[in-house]
Amino acid sequence: MSDTSTNSRYAPGTHPDLPPPRRTTGVLGWVQMNLLSSPLNVALTLLSIWLLWAILPPSIHWLFTGAVWTAVDRKECWALMDTPRDGACWAFIRGSFELFVYGWYPEPERWRVNLTFILFIAAIVGGLRENIPGKRCWLIFAAAYPFIAAWLLLGGFGLEPVGTNKLGGILLTLVVAVTGISFSLPLGIALALGRRSNLPALRAVCVIFIEFIRGVPLITLLFVASTMLTYFLPPGSTFDLLMRVLIMVTLFASAYIAEVVRGGLQGLSSGQYEAADALGLSYWKAHRLVILPQALKISIPGIVNTFIGSYKDSTLVLIIGMMDILGLGRARLNDPDWLGLAPELYIFIALFFFISCFAMSRYSLNLEKKLQTGHKS
Amino acid sequence: MNQETTATRTGSRLNESDPKIISIKGMHKWFGDFHVLKDINLEVAKSERIVICGPSGSGKSTLIRCINRLEEHQQGSIIVDDTELTQDLKNIEIIRSEVGMVFQQFNLFPHLSVLDNVTLAPIWVRKLPRAEAEEQAMQYLERVKIPEQAAKYPGQLSGGQQQRVAIARSLCMNPRIMLFDEPTSALDPEMIKEVLDVMIELAESGMTMLVVTHEMGFATAVADRVIFMDEGEIIEEKPPKEFFESPEHDRTKLFLSQILHH
Repeated sequence: MSDTSTNSRYAPGTHPDLPPPRRTTGVLGWVQMNLLSSPLNVALTLLSIWLLWAILPPSIHWLFTGAVWTAVDRKECWALMDTPRDGACWAFIRGSFELFVYGWYPEPERWRVNLTFILFIAAIVGGLRENIPGKRCWLIFAAAYPFIAAWLLLGGFGLEPVGTNKLGGILLTLVVAVTGISFSLPLGIALALGRRSNLPALRAVCVIFIEFIRGVPLITLLFVASTMLTYFLPPGSTFDLLMRVLIMVTLFASAYIAEVVRGGLQGLSSGQYEAADALGLSYWKAHRLVILPQALKISIPGIVNTFIGSYKDSTLVLIIGMMDILGLGRARLNDPDWLGLAPELYIFIALFFFISCFAMSRYSLNLEKKLQTGHKS
Repeated sequence: MNQETTATRTGSRLNESDPKIISIKGMHKWFGDFHVLKDINLEVAKSERIVICGPSGSGKSTLIRCINRLEEHQQGSIIVDDTELTQDLKNIEIIRSEVGMVFQQFNLFPHLSVLDNVTLAPIWVRKLPRAEAEEQAMQYLERVKIPEQAAKYPGQLSGGQQQRVAIARSLCMNPRIMLFDEPTSALDPEMIKEVLDVMIELAESGMTMLVVTHEMGFATAVADRVIFMDEGEIIEEKPPKEFFESPEHDRTKLFLSQILHH
């Protein structure tokens, strides 16, 4: 020990900052470190290269170079290939695209669906972007969007009415998912606050609701929505099936959101509540300004997780006969012109879900980074 | 008796006829079965500086937390500036807006910048316009000597700086009374002085202060009265000089010997 101090080339207090050792930097350094560091690692690297070589070229051939993009039916598709069935028949997806997007929405009214899509993008971008002029107006618009969309899609008040049974495909999937997501967040927050309330009656109601909804599979709730709910309603009254499904999906997601938010609320130190109280902030102001911004920030990964889950769970509505993108696609597989094209269909649907879920996931990461303000207290 | 000695020590600054700004009578508090505060009687005059000390678990923090209702007392009365603390939320709101509190763990709001921390309550409770609140906030940040940190977030500041922001945040509500709950206990030694300096300056400006602390130097320099608590009771209260030089009770002597000669 005393050796090091006597051998040191620098007097105490004069040691300069030295650059780090070099070996670990550069492309070759990276390859050396990560791919070839040991015999086992070399073997795994070679195995990976062989797997890629075996899988990638045929996949690319099937997906792109050998695929047929324009044809009237599957026979024409296969006729256009060097070897029949050696490539994807994307003509099937192209030919059914309008059906997949709009369902059975009447053709002359489809501009309303398009407008709803465009306004949806606008509401998302306007509501989520931080530095946008007129942020307040955008937020009001985003909050009003579900009602504007309902009016545009279903009509009435000057627009041609369209029955909910005409909704299908991606349109129906988005209607179910966006409704579930946008209404379950405020409801879930309210339930989480209720569960932590000092009022025993309110707390009991929230606990019972959350535990009941979480204790029952979504499919069961959907069956209740499609069949049993009519028994509880006054005889003769009709209550739209889609409406019932939307309510069930929202309630189901809100129970999960409530628990995620409750976790976030418990992650805050009691000092935050005390500081807000000591400054004279009322319960609502303290929650709005101090508690929820922090609790929701902590809960972002869980909230987005729940959102993605309920987005994909929206496909369960096909079990009660609603034709969302999955239900409609499967029905389309029975079309004699396009028999046996299941891989194309499922790849298309998977891609559709993956893109939207991946976007949500990236956005949440981005949001977490943006809200990072140093150490939590 | 105590008030007499207080008055003699500080000359004309305080005397017996001073209005009482806090008046606690026969106050008891329990945590479940645990009797944490026993028959507390305490009168605080306007502009009086009181240091409360005692071993951990003696109830000193709980006592000052009762004064702004962070804890609820179960018996007796607490009257703050002519408003009695009861279940009435209105009274609690009035008292909280007149009583500032500084915590051991600072409890700044980490998601808000320093300036937003300091302006939050003036804007949302006092309904000040933002520009006015910010102007006032900058004055107080200057008073605690960190105006240059206004745009930063609490997580980017040192403990001492955070505690000074916390003091500025309380002062922005123009409180008539300030409660300090071990304000320097979570600080590194070299940062204690910067916080105590701000507190001394505040005391000299005539603020009524109740400070739970073990900083005996601060007590000697600033306090009008030192209160010693043990096991939920006020054991002894005296001006600091007498308190340190001639403590009456054995428990006080034991406590002083432990904190002064360790």
